[in-house]
Amino acid sequence: MDMLAGKVKTTNQTLDSAMNPTEVLDRPIRLAARDVTVHYGAKQALHGISIDIPDRAVTAFIGPSGCGKSTFLRCINRMNDTIEGARVGGTIKLDGEDIYAPDLDVVELRARVGMVFQKPNPFPKSIYDNVAYGPRIHGLARSKADLDEIVISSLRKAGLFEEVKDRLNEPGTGLSGGQQQRLCIARAIAVGPEVILMDEPCSALDPIATAVIEELIDELRENFTIVIVTHSMQQAARVSQRTAFFHLGHLIEQGRTEDIFTNPVNKQTQDYIMGRIG
Amino acid sequence: MTSTAISTADERRSRIRAGLSRRHNGERLFRALGVTAIVLALGFVALLFTDVLRKGIPAFTQSNIRLEVTFDPELLKVDPAPERAAGQSDADFRAQTLAWQRQVAMLNWNSVIEAALRRAAPAGLEIDSRQILAIAETDARHRVRELFVANPDLLGQTVTVDLLASANVDNWVKGNINRELGDTQQQLPAATRALVDRFEAEGIITQGFAWSLFTNVDSRSAPASAGLLGALMGSLWMMLIVVVLAVPIGVGSAIYLEEFAPRSKLTDLIEVNINNLAAVPSIVFGLLGAAVFINWFRLPLSAPLAGGLVLTLMTLPTIIIATRAALKGVSPALRQAALGMGASRMQMVFHHVLPVTFPSILTATIIGVAQALGETAPLLLIGMNAFVAAVPATPVDQATALPVQIYLWQANENRNFFEPRTSAAIMVLLAFMIALNAIAIFLRSRLEKRA
Repeated sequence: MDMLAGKVKTTNQTLDSAMNPTEVLDRPIRLAARDVTVHYGAKQALHGISIDIPDRAVTAFIGPSGCGKSTFLRCINRMNDTIEGARVGGTIKLDGEDIYAPDLDVVELRARVGMVFQKPNPFPKSIYDNVAYGPRIHGLARSKADLDEIVISSLRKAGLFEEVKDRLNEPGTGLSGGQQQRLCIARAIAVGPEVILMDEPCSALDPIATAVIEELIDELRENFTIVIVTHSMQQAARVSQRTAFFHLGHLIEQGRTEDIFTNPVNKQTQDYIMGRIG
Repeated sequence: MTSTAISTADERRSRIRAGLSRRHNGERLFRALGVTAIVLALGFVALLFTDVLRKGIPAFTQSNIRLEVTFDPELLKVDPAPERAAGQSDADFRAQTLAWQRQVAMLNWNSVIEAALRRAAPAGLEIDSRQILAIAETDARHRVRELFVANPDLLGQTVTVDLLASANVDNWVKGNINRELGDTQQQLPAATRALVDRFEAEGIITQGFAWSLFTNVDSRSAPASAGLLGALMGSLWMMLIVVVLAVPIGVGSAIYLEEFAPRSKLTDLIEVNINNLAAVPSIVFGLLGAAVFINWFRLPLSAPLAGGLVLTLMTLPTIIIATRAALKGVSPALRQAALGMGASRMQMVFHHVLPVTFPSILTATIIGVAQALGETAPLLLIGMNAFVAAVPATPVDQATALPVQIYLWQANENRNFFEPRTSAAIMVLLAFMIALNAIAIFLRSRLEKRA
């Protein structure tokens, strides 16, 4: 693992250091969040989350249900904007640019930060149109041939092309669950995003489909910065290089995946990893 | 363990079993009630339909009289139709033609009809003019005159003409009036009745399909020729206006309210008011139409334009509510998928949400339009219950509508003739509605298959 090489200074972090990260990562930082809070109405869902997400690596958010990991993920492409009464505080910077700045266009942000959801949600359109939708609305293809090229290469990158190449005009909703999820991944990468957010992408899939997706995530990290929320600690251990543990709206501990799983510092992290909470 | 707790498996099972029959009985009772309700409802519908069909079907036939009409120059003292002379000016020729037509109109065409009827009757029959003319409908003279105007060469010739028998003859022939009643209670004099029976036996009076019901406008002076064409066109104009106005406005406002409008006190107020509007009695919309469209905007009375606008107002809440319900039903996953791809709100709505809700919106719209089609009360208030004997060529012409025509016919004093006509008109209206609903169902199933 190239992640292990280089200067990894902080492995064992406390809550304090997580909130005020000074760690030096072995890859350039793509996303930097500082003191992010989220309120749903009067209820505070996130308390001062600060985290750096490195380029072209997989960062996993783990934690028990309702811990705020999905909420935080949805802050990164501002999907929380669509929720009535949600207020986001603090700053999140993508390549040094504040994504909550008033002059930032959320449509452009979402083209740069793609998202794959928990339940596969292909559009009720053909497989081709599903993948072509993003490039079409963002005007990324100059010609039909261009668009064909984008669709095919995206399907290839998502490892789906061989399975669907003869039925690109059939509805995407007719595929199996695992295929649908890979279609959603193809749809997300067709826009050429810099970051891909995955919100429990395998929780609705069987173990075989899960294995296929995990393998795919491992390949995708060569080209994309990936943030994945997962219920499954095994999955986090398998696919991620960095892990952050959330509990009750707090970021408890973050660090290299290996360290989090083998040598957690925080008692709550330990308990969760050992299966005592969650 | 408390004393009420059940300790053994046997006891638990016996307790469950004790309640089982009560639970099953409850279910059986509910099912029986449901079946009863459905049977009752269907029974009443069946009763209504049988009654309407039984009464209405005879009105789809009419009594025709086939007469040998002679354009007798003795009776018709008329100059030859003007022919255009060389070098004659347009205005001159038109004035000449008009003068001739006026002369033709002034002729006693009834005498021609009477002569034809007398020729058909047995020779030497004692019957006066009034009595014999009561056989043909009063519009017969217009039909014969039109034939002559169209072809002035008919003067001196004899042609076979099919004319409508009068409404009273129709009643007598179809048995809509009790033949045992005394002379004073009969609609036709005894001599006329005897002649009608004779004509019928000789095949001069026959029954044919009542085309006049669909090709004629309403008529009071010649009830047998009263038809639905004017009302049908009036209803079509109004439906066109409702579709053109209510659908885009209704669907548009529903999309805005549901997808774009910020939640605030104002939008809540608007929502409550739209829901209330849907429950406002339709006659109130009629009052509104009379006050706003007629008194203020000075739209013509009895015009499909005013009627269409009133029905549009009435249909809007229905369409808005149904469209909003359809939009609310779209799964959040689809919206998130679109937004997550970087679609703008507008793109999300028009690319993804609307296509999947289109079938439901369409169905709601057609049901709303069908409701408007059957609406009578508001139209009465803007003067659409006026007697209009013309086909509206534009939406600002005077017209009536199908349900209003039904209302007018059911109040007609010639009861035994107009009762079947009313039922026939109801059948036409119902056929219209069933056709609309069939279109809705067809489109819905087709679009859902495609989606």
